[in-house]
Amino acid sequence: MKWESRLSPVVNAIAPSGIRKFFDIAAEMEDVISLGVGEPDFVTPWTIRESCVYGLEQGYTSYTANRGLLELREEIVCLQQNRYDLSYNAKEDVLITVGVSEALDLAMRALLAPGDEVLIPEPCYVSYKACAALAGGVAVPVPARIENEFRITPTDLEAHITNRTKVLLIGYPNNPTGAVMSKDDLLAIAKFAEQHDLIVISDEIYGDLTYGGEEHVCFAALPGMKDRTILLNGFSKAYAMTGWRIGYALANPVFIAAMTKIHQYTMLCAPVTAQIAAIEALRHGEKYMKKMVAEYDRRRGFIYDGLTKLGLKCFEPRGAFYIFPDITSTGYTSSEFAENLLMSEHVALVPGSAFGDCGEGYVRCSYATSLDKIAEALARMENFLKNHHK
Amino acid sequence: MRELLELLEHDARRPVSELAALLHRSEYEVEKQIQELEKNKIIMGYNALINWEKYGDNTVTSIIEVNLMPQREVGFDAIAERIYRFDEVRTVYLMSGSFDLLVIIEGKSLQEVANFVATRLATIEGVTATRSHFMLKPYKKDGIIMDDKECDRRLVVSP
Repeated sequence: MKWESRLSPVVNAIAPSGIRKFFDIAAEMEDVISLGVGEPDFVTPWTIRESCVYGLEQGYTSYTANRGLLELREEIVCLQQNRYDLSYNAKEDVLITVGVSEALDLAMRALLAPGDEVLIPEPCYVSYKACAALAGGVAVPVPARIENEFRITPTDLEAHITNRTKVLLIGYPNNPTGAVMSKDDLLAIAKFAEQHDLIVISDEIYGDLTYGGEEHVCFAALPGMKDRTILLNGFSKAYAMTGWRIGYALANPVFIAAMTKIHQYTMLCAPVTAQIAAIEALRHGEKYMKKMVAEYDRRRGFIYDGLTKLGLKCFEPRGAFYIFPDITSTGYTSSEFAENLLMSEHVALVPGSAFGDCGEGYVRCSYATSLDKIAEALARMENFLKNHHK
Repeated sequence: MRELLELLEHDARRPVSELAALLHRSEYEVEKQIQELEKNKIIMGYNALINWEKYGDNTVTSIIEVNLMPQREVGFDAIAERIYRFDEVRTVYLMSGSFDLLVIIEGKSLQEVANFVATRLATIEGVTATRSHFMLKPYKKDGIIMDDKECDRRLVVSP
Protein backbone atom coordinates (compact mmCIF):
# COMPACT_ATOMS: atom_id res chain seq x y z
CA MET A 1 0.00 0.00 0.00
CA LYS A 2 1.24 3.39 -0.92
CA TRP A 3 0.06 5.31 2.10
CA GLU A 4 2.60 8.01 1.32
CA SER A 5 0.60 9.03 -1.68
CA ARG A 6 -2.37 9.61 0.61
CA LEU A 7 -0.47 12.13 2.70
CA SER A 8 -0.75 15.83 2.19
CA PRO A 9 1.64 16.91 -0.57
CA VAL A 10 2.73 19.80 1.63
CA VAL A 11 3.87 17.38 4.31
CA ASN A 12 5.47 15.07 1.77
CA ALA A 13 7.45 17.96 0.36
CA ILE A 14 9.05 18.76 3.71
CA ALA A 15 12.41 17.09 4.23
CA PRO A 16 12.80 15.26 7.54
CA SER A 17 15.05 17.05 10.02
CA GLY A 18 18.74 16.48 9.29
CA ILE A 19 19.28 15.90 12.97
CA ARG A 20 17.21 12.77 13.23
CA LYS A 21 19.72 10.44 11.61
CA PHE A 22 22.48 11.36 14.04
CA PHE A 23 20.20 11.00 16.95
CA ASP A 24 19.39 7.45 16.00
CA ILE A 25 23.05 6.43 15.68
CA ALA A 26 24.25 8.35 18.73
CA ALA A 27 21.46 7.07 20.96
CA GLU A 28 22.79 3.54 20.50
CA MET A 29 26.36 4.37 21.51
CA GLU A 30 27.71 3.87 24.99
CA ASP A 31 30.44 6.42 25.64
CA VAL A 32 29.25 9.13 23.34
CA ILE A 33 30.07 12.72 24.18
CA SER A 34 27.46 14.96 22.74
CA LEU A 35 28.00 18.48 21.55
CA GLY A 36 24.78 18.02 19.65
CA VAL A 37 22.29 19.02 22.28
CA GLY A 38 20.23 22.13 21.70
CA GLU A 39 19.22 22.69 25.29
CA PRO A 40 20.83 23.68 28.60
CA ASP A 41 22.61 21.00 30.60
CA PHE A 42 21.27 22.54 33.78
CA VAL A 43 18.12 21.29 35.41
CA THR A 44 15.44 23.95 35.97
CA PRO A 45 16.30 25.92 39.15
CA TRP A 46 14.69 24.35 42.19
CA THR A 47 12.64 27.39 43.16
CA ILE A 48 10.84 27.10 39.81
CA ARG A 49 10.29 23.37 40.11
CA GLU A 50 9.12 23.76 43.70
CA SER A 51 6.54 26.38 42.77
CA CYS A 52 5.09 23.98 40.21
CA VAL A 53 4.85 21.22 42.83
CA TYR A 54 3.12 23.65 45.16
CA GLY A 55 0.71 24.64 42.40
CA LEU A 56 -0.20 21.00 41.89
CA GLU A 57 -0.74 20.53 45.62
CA GLN A 58 -3.06 23.52 45.60
CA GLY A 59 -5.07 21.88 42.85
CA TYR A 60 -4.07 23.96 39.84
CA THR A 61 -4.95 21.36 37.26
CA SER A 62 -7.53 23.02 35.05
CA TYR A 63 -7.49 24.89 31.76
CA THR A 64 -6.39 28.48 31.84
CA ALA A 65 -7.63 31.35 29.67
CA ASN A 66 -6.71 30.75 26.01
CA ARG A 67 -4.19 33.53 26.19
CA GLY A 68 -2.65 32.13 29.36
CA LEU A 69 -2.76 33.08 33.04
CA LEU A 70 -3.17 36.83 33.33
CA GLU A 71 -0.62 36.88 36.14
CA LEU A 72 1.98 35.43 33.81
CA ARG A 73 1.08 37.82 31.01
CA GLU A 74 1.43 40.71 33.45
CA GLU A 75 4.87 39.52 34.53
CA ILE A 76 5.93 39.31 30.89
CA VAL A 77 4.63 42.80 30.14
CA CYS A 78 6.45 44.09 33.21
CA LEU A 79 9.69 42.47 32.03
CA GLN A 80 9.48 44.10 28.60
CA GLN A 81 8.77 47.45 30.20
CA ASN A 82 11.71 47.23 32.59
CA ARG A 83 14.23 45.81 30.21
CA TYR A 84 13.43 47.43 26.89
CA ASP A 85 11.07 50.26 27.81
CA LEU A 86 8.47 48.52 25.66
CA SER A 87 4.81 48.93 26.60
CA TYR A 88 2.47 46.05 25.92
CA ASN A 89 -1.03 45.48 27.22
CA ALA A 90 -1.29 42.25 29.22
CA LYS A 91 -4.88 41.70 28.18
CA GLU A 92 -4.58 42.21 24.42
CA ASP A 93 -0.97 42.02 23.28
CA VAL A 94 0.26 38.77 24.85
CA LEU A 95 -0.31 35.12 24.07
CA ILE A 96 1.20 32.28 26.10
CA THR A 97 2.06 29.35 23.87
CA VAL A 98 3.40 25.83 24.05
CA GLY A 99 7.01 26.84 23.51
CA VAL A 100 8.20 29.36 20.97
CA SER A 101 7.69 26.62 18.40
CA GLU A 102 3.93 26.93 18.70
CA ALA A 103 4.12 30.72 18.69
CA LEU A 104 6.10 30.60 15.47
CA ASP A 105 3.62 28.22 13.87
CA LEU A 106 0.70 30.44 14.93
CA ALA A 107 2.37 33.57 13.61
CA MET A 108 2.97 31.95 10.23
CA ARG A 109 -0.53 30.57 9.97
CA ALA A 110 -2.07 33.85 11.05
CA LEU A 111 -0.12 35.89 8.51
CA LEU A 112 0.48 33.83 5.40
CA ALA A 113 -1.81 33.45 2.45
CA PRO A 114 -0.88 30.78 -0.09
CA GLY A 115 2.23 31.88 -1.95
CA ASP A 116 3.22 34.63 0.46
CA GLU A 117 6.96 34.72 0.86
CA VAL A 118 8.96 34.71 4.08
CA LEU A 119 12.54 35.91 4.11
CA ILE A 120 14.56 33.64 6.35
CA PRO A 121 18.23 34.39 6.98
CA GLU A 122 20.20 31.16 7.13
CA PRO A 123 21.75 29.27 8.83
CA CYS A 124 18.77 29.20 11.16
CA TYR A 125 16.76 27.06 13.50
CA VAL A 126 15.53 23.91 11.78
CA SER A 127 11.82 24.60 11.99
CA TYR A 128 11.63 28.04 10.35
CA LYS A 129 11.36 26.84 6.79
CA ALA A 130 9.03 23.97 7.58
CA CYS A 131 6.69 26.26 9.55
CA ALA A 132 6.42 28.65 6.62
CA ALA A 133 5.70 25.82 4.21
CA LEU A 134 3.14 24.17 6.48
CA ALA A 135 1.32 27.49 6.70
CA GLY A 136 1.09 27.61 2.92
CA GLY A 137 3.83 30.18 2.51
CA VAL A 138 7.08 30.07 0.63
CA ALA A 139 10.31 30.14 2.59
CA VAL A 140 12.97 32.25 0.90
CA PRO A 141 16.39 31.55 2.44
CA VAL A 142 18.84 34.41 2.62
CA PRO A 143 22.39 33.21 3.27
CA ALA A 144 24.43 34.92 5.97
CA ARG A 145 28.18 34.68 5.67
CA ILE A 146 30.93 34.03 8.17
CA GLU A 147 32.83 37.04 6.73
CA ASN A 148 30.04 39.20 8.12
CA GLU A 149 29.96 37.25 11.39
CA PHE A 150 26.77 35.55 10.25
CA ARG A 151 24.83 38.79 10.47
CA ILE A 152 22.35 39.78 7.82
CA THR A 153 22.25 43.11 5.98
CA PRO A 154 19.59 44.92 3.93
CA THR A 155 21.74 44.28 0.87
CA ASP A 156 21.55 40.52 1.49
CA LEU A 157 17.79 40.74 1.90
CA GLU A 158 17.22 43.12 -1.01
CA ALA A 159 18.37 40.49 -3.48
CA HIS A 160 15.52 38.19 -2.46
CA ILE A 161 12.61 40.55 -2.18
CA THR A 162 9.64 40.17 -4.53
CA ASN A 163 6.15 41.61 -4.60
CA ARG A 164 5.01 38.53 -2.65
CA THR A 165 7.39 39.09 0.26
CA LYS A 166 5.32 39.60 3.36
CA VAL A 167 7.32 38.50 6.36
CA LEU A 168 10.90 38.67 7.57
CA LEU A 169 11.76 36.03 10.16
CA ILE A 170 14.89 36.68 12.19
CA GLY A 171 16.38 34.77 15.08
CA TYR A 172 19.18 36.48 16.99
CA PRO A 173 21.14 35.50 19.04
CA ASN A 174 21.32 32.79 16.46
CA ASN A 175 21.07 29.04 16.63
CA PRO A 176 23.36 27.55 15.16
CA THR A 177 25.99 30.27 14.61
CA GLY A 178 25.98 32.20 17.90
CA ALA A 179 25.75 35.44 15.91
CA VAL A 180 24.12 38.51 17.38
CA MET A 181 22.98 41.70 15.67
CA SER A 182 24.12 45.04 17.04
CA LYS A 183 21.72 47.93 17.40
CA ASP A 184 23.03 49.49 14.18
CA ASP A 185 22.65 46.20 12.30
CA LEU A 186 19.06 45.97 13.44
CA LEU A 187 18.28 49.62 12.73
CA ALA A 188 19.26 48.98 9.13
CA ILE A 189 16.96 45.96 9.05
CA ALA A 190 14.18 48.03 10.60
CA LYS A 191 14.53 50.63 7.88
CA PHE A 192 14.42 47.90 5.27
CA ALA A 193 11.28 46.40 6.83
CA GLU A 194 9.62 49.77 6.76
CA GLN A 195 10.58 50.45 3.15
CA HIS A 196 9.10 47.15 2.02
CA ASP A 197 6.26 47.15 4.53
CA LEU A 198 7.29 43.78 5.95
CA ILE A 199 5.99 42.15 9.09
CA VAL A 200 8.92 41.04 11.20
CA ILE A 201 8.81 37.92 13.33
CA SER A 202 11.68 38.16 15.78
CA ASP A 203 12.54 34.96 17.64
CA GLU A 204 14.51 36.14 20.66
CA ILE A 205 14.55 32.94 22.66
CA TYR A 206 18.31 33.32 23.23
CA GLY A 207 18.01 37.00 24.10
CA ASP A 208 19.20 36.53 27.66
CA LEU A 209 22.24 34.60 26.51
CA THR A 210 24.68 37.19 25.20
CA TYR A 211 28.32 37.51 26.13
CA GLY A 212 31.25 39.85 26.31
CA GLY A 213 29.20 42.81 27.52
CA GLU A 214 27.03 42.61 24.42
CA GLU A 215 23.52 43.70 25.42
CA HIS A 216 20.72 42.07 23.53
CA VAL A 217 18.75 44.51 21.40
CA CYS A 218 15.06 43.74 21.19
CA PHE A 219 13.80 44.30 17.66
CA ALA A 220 10.35 45.48 18.76
CA ALA A 221 11.98 48.19 20.87
CA LEU A 222 13.49 49.93 17.84
CA PRO A 223 11.74 53.14 16.78
CA GLY A 224 8.56 52.41 14.85
CA MET A 225 8.99 48.64 14.95
CA LYS A 226 6.71 47.58 17.78
CA ASP A 227 3.58 47.59 15.67
CA ARG A 228 4.95 45.55 12.78
CA THR A 229 6.83 43.04 14.93
CA ILE A 230 5.72 39.76 16.40
CA LEU A 231 8.15 39.27 19.23
CA LEU A 232 8.66 35.66 20.28
CA ASN A 233 10.34 34.55 23.45
CA GLY A 234 10.10 31.91 26.13
CA PHE A 235 11.64 30.25 29.12
CA SER A 236 13.38 27.22 27.65
CA LYS A 237 16.90 28.47 27.19
CA ALA A 238 17.42 31.19 29.78
CA TYR A 239 15.76 29.31 32.64
CA ALA A 240 16.67 25.80 31.51
CA MET A 241 12.99 24.95 31.04
CA THR A 242 12.90 23.26 27.63
CA GLY A 243 10.65 20.39 28.67
CA TRP A 244 8.07 22.67 30.25
CA ARG A 245 7.10 24.00 26.83
CA ILE A 246 6.28 27.61 27.62
CA GLY A 247 6.76 30.44 25.18
CA TYR A 248 4.98 33.64 24.35
CA ALA A 249 4.20 36.08 21.56
CA LEU A 250 3.92 39.84 21.90
CA ALA A 251 2.41 41.89 19.12
CA ASN A 252 -0.33 44.30 18.20
CA PRO A 253 -3.86 43.24 19.30
CA VAL A 254 -4.91 42.29 15.77
CA PHE A 255 -2.06 39.82 15.30
CA ILE A 256 -2.48 38.40 18.79
CA ALA A 257 -6.24 38.00 18.32
CA ALA A 258 -5.65 36.12 15.07
CA MET A 259 -3.02 33.87 16.64
CA THR A 260 -5.28 33.28 19.63
CA LYS A 261 -8.04 32.16 17.30
CA ILE A 262 -5.86 29.35 15.96
CA HIS A 263 -4.44 28.58 19.39
CA GLN A 264 -7.87 28.24 20.99
CA TYR A 265 -8.98 25.65 18.45
CA THR A 266 -5.75 23.69 18.22
CA MET A 267 -4.13 23.96 21.64
CA LEU A 268 -6.71 25.58 23.90
CA CYS A 269 -4.05 26.72 26.34
CA ALA A 270 -0.53 26.04 27.51
CA PRO A 271 -0.26 23.63 30.48
CA VAL A 272 -1.22 25.36 33.71
CA THR A 273 1.55 23.74 35.78
CA ALA A 274 4.20 25.07 33.44
CA GLN A 275 2.60 28.52 33.41
CA ILE A 276 2.80 28.63 37.20
CA ALA A 277 6.46 27.67 37.02
CA ALA A 278 7.05 30.41 34.44
CA ILE A 279 5.63 33.02 36.80
CA GLU A 280 8.14 31.93 39.42
CA ALA A 281 10.93 32.07 36.84
CA LEU A 282 10.17 35.71 36.10
CA ARG A 283 9.71 36.64 39.73
CA HIS A 284 12.67 34.91 41.31
CA GLY A 285 14.65 33.17 38.62
CA GLU A 286 16.95 35.91 37.39
CA LYS A 287 19.88 35.25 39.70
CA TYR A 288 19.94 31.58 38.74
CA MET A 289 19.73 32.52 35.09
CA LYS A 290 22.67 34.91 35.42
CA LYS A 291 24.74 32.17 37.02
CA MET A 292 24.03 29.83 34.13
CA VAL A 293 24.86 32.52 31.60
CA ALA A 294 28.21 33.16 33.34
CA GLU A 295 28.96 29.45 33.10
CA TYR A 296 28.09 29.33 29.38
CA ASP A 297 30.35 32.30 28.86
CA ARG A 298 33.34 30.53 30.41
CA ARG A 299 32.72 27.46 28.29
CA ARG A 300 32.35 29.64 25.23
CA GLY A 301 35.88 30.98 25.61
CA PHE A 302 37.17 27.51 26.33
CA ILE A 303 35.64 25.82 23.31
CA TYR A 304 36.49 28.71 21.00
CA ASP A 305 40.16 28.53 22.01
CA GLY A 306 40.09 24.76 21.73
CA LEU A 307 38.60 24.61 18.24
CA THR A 308 40.81 27.41 16.98
CA LYS A 309 43.88 25.54 18.25
CA LEU A 310 42.71 22.51 16.32
CA GLY A 311 43.01 24.65 13.21
CA LEU A 312 39.29 25.01 12.56
CA LYS A 313 38.23 28.46 11.51
CA CYS A 314 35.59 29.77 13.88
CA PHE A 315 33.53 32.84 14.38
CA GLU A 316 33.68 33.64 18.10
CA PRO A 317 30.05 33.33 19.15
CA ARG A 318 28.45 36.25 20.99
CA GLY A 319 25.17 34.67 22.00
CA ALA A 320 23.19 31.44 22.51
CA PHE A 321 25.34 28.40 23.36
CA TYR A 322 26.59 27.23 20.01
CA ILE A 323 29.78 27.55 18.04
CA PHE A 324 29.85 26.92 14.30
CA PRO A 325 33.33 25.93 13.11
CA ASP A 326 34.25 25.74 9.42
CA ILE A 327 35.33 22.18 8.62
CA THR A 328 35.98 22.54 4.90
CA SER A 329 39.74 22.21 5.51
CA THR A 330 39.14 18.53 6.26
CA GLY A 331 37.76 17.89 2.79
CA TYR A 332 34.58 16.40 4.21
CA THR A 333 31.07 17.66 3.75
CA SER A 334 29.48 18.60 7.05
CA SER A 335 27.41 15.44 7.02
CA GLU A 336 30.42 13.23 6.35
CA PHE A 337 32.41 15.01 9.03
CA ALA A 338 29.66 14.54 11.62
CA GLU A 339 29.13 10.93 10.72
CA ASN A 340 32.81 9.97 10.68
CA LEU A 341 33.49 11.79 13.91
CA LEU A 342 30.60 10.01 15.56
CA MET A 343 31.67 6.61 14.28
CA SER A 344 35.36 6.85 15.04
CA GLU A 345 35.53 9.07 18.11
CA HIS A 346 31.99 8.90 19.46
CA VAL A 347 31.54 12.63 19.49
CA ALA A 348 28.11 13.80 18.38
CA LEU A 349 27.52 17.16 16.77
CA VAL A 350 25.14 18.45 14.15
CA PRO A 351 26.10 19.03 10.51
CA GLY A 352 25.65 22.65 9.49
CA SER A 353 23.58 21.61 6.48
CA ALA A 354 20.72 20.82 8.87
CA PHE A 355 20.36 24.57 9.33
CA GLY A 356 20.13 25.52 5.68
CA ASP A 357 22.13 25.03 2.49
CA CYS A 358 24.61 27.73 3.41
CA GLY A 359 25.40 25.81 6.61
CA GLU A 360 27.23 23.27 4.47
CA GLY A 361 30.91 23.21 5.38
CA TYR A 362 30.20 23.89 9.04
CA VAL A 363 29.18 21.87 12.06
CA ARG A 364 27.28 23.03 15.11
CA CYS A 365 28.84 22.35 18.49
CA SER A 366 26.78 23.09 21.57
CA TYR A 367 28.67 24.15 24.66
CA ALA A 368 25.70 23.53 26.90
CA THR A 369 27.66 20.70 28.42
CA SER A 370 30.15 20.40 31.27
CA LEU A 371 33.71 21.60 30.83
CA ASP A 372 35.14 18.13 31.38
CA LYS A 373 33.05 16.84 28.53
CA ILE A 374 33.99 19.74 26.26
CA ALA A 375 37.65 19.10 27.03
CA GLU A 376 37.26 15.40 26.28
CA ALA A 377 35.36 16.14 23.07
CA LEU A 378 38.12 18.51 21.95
CA ALA A 379 40.75 15.84 22.65
CA ARG A 380 38.82 13.31 20.61
CA MET A 381 38.36 15.80 17.79
CA GLU A 382 42.08 16.45 17.77
CA ASN A 383 42.66 12.76 17.40
CA PHE A 384 40.09 12.60 14.64
CA LEU A 385 41.62 15.47 12.69
CA LYS A 386 45.06 13.82 12.86
CA ASN A 387 43.82 10.59 11.40
CA HIS A 388 41.10 11.65 9.03
CA HIS A 389 41.42 13.63 5.88
CA LYS A 390 39.66 13.20 2.68
CA MET B 1 39.77 37.62 41.25
CA ARG B 2 36.27 36.81 42.41
CA GLU B 3 35.67 34.59 39.41
CA LEU B 4 38.87 32.68 40.12
CA LEU B 5 37.76 32.14 43.71
CA GLU B 6 34.35 30.94 42.61
CA LEU B 7 35.89 28.46 40.19
CA LEU B 8 38.23 27.11 42.87
CA GLU B 9 35.50 26.98 45.46
CA HIS B 10 33.49 24.84 43.11
CA ASP B 11 36.37 22.59 42.10
CA ALA B 12 39.76 23.10 43.69
CA ARG B 13 41.38 20.40 41.56
CA ARG B 14 41.05 22.31 38.30
CA PRO B 15 44.48 22.57 36.73
CA VAL B 16 45.94 26.04 36.32
CA SER B 17 45.94 25.59 32.55
CA GLU B 18 42.17 25.11 32.56
CA LEU B 19 41.60 28.02 34.92
CA ALA B 20 43.71 30.21 32.67
CA ALA B 21 41.67 29.22 29.61
CA LEU B 22 38.40 29.87 31.41
CA LEU B 23 39.48 33.25 32.69
CA HIS B 24 41.24 34.36 29.52
CA ARG B 25 44.49 34.93 31.38
CA SER B 26 47.94 33.42 31.23
CA GLU B 27 48.82 30.44 33.39
CA TYR B 28 51.56 32.51 34.98
CA GLU B 29 49.08 35.20 36.01
CA VAL B 30 46.64 32.70 37.46
CA GLU B 31 49.38 30.86 39.33
CA LYS B 32 50.60 34.15 40.79
CA GLN B 33 47.10 35.13 41.85
CA ILE B 34 46.50 31.83 43.57
CA GLN B 35 49.77 32.17 45.47
CA GLU B 36 48.77 35.65 46.51
CA LEU B 37 45.35 34.48 47.68
CA GLU B 38 46.93 31.65 49.64
CA LYS B 39 49.46 33.99 51.21
CA ASN B 40 46.75 36.38 52.32
CA LYS B 41 44.72 33.49 53.72
CA ILE B 42 41.82 34.30 51.45
CA ILE B 43 42.20 30.75 50.25
CA MET B 44 42.41 28.92 53.57
CA GLY B 45 42.95 25.42 52.29
CA TYR B 46 41.73 22.75 49.91
CA ASN B 47 39.56 19.93 51.20
CA ALA B 48 37.92 17.02 49.53
CA LEU B 49 34.25 16.61 50.40
CA ILE B 50 33.98 12.99 51.42
CA ASN B 51 30.94 10.91 52.07
CA TRP B 52 32.48 8.89 54.90
CA GLU B 53 29.29 7.04 55.51
CA LYS B 54 29.41 5.64 52.02
CA TYR B 55 33.05 4.70 52.50
CA GLY B 56 31.94 2.65 55.47
CA ASP B 57 33.43 4.76 58.20
CA ASN B 58 30.99 5.22 61.04
CA THR B 59 32.15 8.58 62.25
CA VAL B 60 29.90 10.22 64.79
CA THR B 61 29.08 13.87 64.35
CA SER B 62 27.65 15.89 67.19
CA ILE B 63 26.29 19.39 67.00
CA ILE B 64 26.50 21.04 70.37
CA GLU B 65 24.84 24.19 71.58
CA VAL B 66 27.04 25.83 74.18
CA ASN B 67 26.07 28.59 76.58
CA LEU B 68 28.85 30.79 77.89
CA MET B 69 29.44 33.35 80.56
CA PRO B 70 31.14 36.18 78.68
CA GLN B 71 34.33 37.52 80.18
CA ARG B 72 35.31 41.12 80.71
CA GLU B 73 37.34 42.66 77.85
CA VAL B 74 37.46 39.55 75.65
CA GLY B 75 33.77 38.57 75.58
CA PHE B 76 33.43 35.13 74.09
CA ASP B 77 36.67 35.02 72.14
CA ALA B 78 38.96 33.55 74.77
CA ILE B 79 36.62 30.69 75.62
CA ALA B 80 35.91 30.08 71.97
CA GLU B 81 39.62 29.70 71.36
CA ARG B 82 39.97 27.22 74.20
CA ILE B 83 37.30 25.18 72.48
CA TYR B 84 38.34 25.44 68.85
CA ARG B 85 41.94 24.49 69.55
CA PHE B 86 40.84 20.88 70.17
CA ASP B 87 41.40 18.68 67.13
CA GLU B 88 38.07 16.95 67.71
CA VAL B 89 36.28 20.23 67.12
CA ARG B 90 35.54 20.69 63.42
CA THR B 91 33.53 23.89 63.46
CA VAL B 92 32.77 26.68 65.90
CA TYR B 93 30.35 29.54 65.26
CA LEU B 94 29.36 32.37 67.56
CA MET B 95 25.58 32.56 67.33
CA SER B 96 22.77 34.93 68.05
CA GLY B 97 19.76 33.50 69.88
CA SER B 98 19.27 31.17 72.79
CA PHE B 99 22.82 29.81 72.90
CA ASP B 100 26.22 31.31 72.20
CA LEU B 101 28.45 28.82 70.41
CA LEU B 102 27.57 26.17 67.90
CA VAL B 103 30.26 23.50 68.07
CA ILE B 104 30.53 20.58 65.71
CA ILE B 105 32.52 17.63 66.93
CA GLU B 106 33.53 14.48 65.16
CA GLY B 107 34.54 11.32 66.89
CA LYS B 108 34.93 7.61 66.26
CA SER B 109 32.08 6.60 68.53
CA LEU B 110 29.24 7.95 70.59
CA GLN B 111 31.28 7.18 73.66
CA GLU B 112 34.21 9.16 72.48
CA VAL B 113 32.12 12.23 71.67
CA ALA B 114 30.14 12.03 74.91
CA ASN B 115 33.35 11.68 76.81
CA PHE B 116 34.85 14.68 75.13
CA VAL B 117 31.83 16.82 75.93
CA ALA B 118 31.64 15.72 79.53
CA THR B 119 35.31 15.90 80.43
CA ARG B 120 36.66 18.58 78.11
CA LEU B 121 33.99 20.90 76.88
CA ALA B 122 31.56 21.17 79.79
CA THR B 123 34.32 21.64 82.32
CA ILE B 124 35.84 24.72 80.71
CA GLU B 125 35.41 27.71 82.95
CA GLY B 126 32.77 30.00 81.52
CA VAL B 127 30.79 27.18 79.85
CA THR B 128 27.47 27.24 81.66
CA ALA B 129 25.51 24.64 79.67
CA THR B 130 25.79 22.27 76.72
CA ARG B 131 23.13 20.53 74.66
CA SER B 132 24.34 17.80 72.32
CA HIS B 133 22.56 16.66 69.17
CA PHE B 134 23.80 13.72 67.19
CA MET B 135 23.68 13.91 63.42
CA LEU B 136 21.80 10.99 61.94
CA LYS B 137 22.11 11.51 58.19
CA PRO B 138 23.69 14.17 56.04
CA TYR B 139 21.54 15.21 53.10
CA LYS B 140 23.57 18.14 51.87
CA LYS B 141 26.96 19.44 52.87
CA ASP B 142 28.61 22.65 51.77
CA GLY B 143 26.29 23.01 48.82
CA ILE B 144 26.70 19.43 47.65
CA ILE B 145 23.76 17.02 47.77
CA MET B 146 25.10 13.74 49.18
CA ASP B 147 23.00 11.33 47.19
CA ASP B 148 22.00 13.32 44.14
CA LYS B 149 19.90 11.34 41.74
CA GLU B 150 19.62 14.08 39.17
CA CYS B 151 21.46 13.27 35.98
CA ASP B 152 21.58 14.33 32.36
CA ARG B 153 18.28 13.20 30.94
CA ARG B 154 18.51 15.07 27.65
CA LEU B 155 18.33 13.49 24.24
CA VAL B 156 21.77 12.97 22.73
CA VAL B 157 21.04 15.23 19.78
CA SER B 158 18.34 17.88 19.52
CA PRO B 159 17.73 20.98 17.40
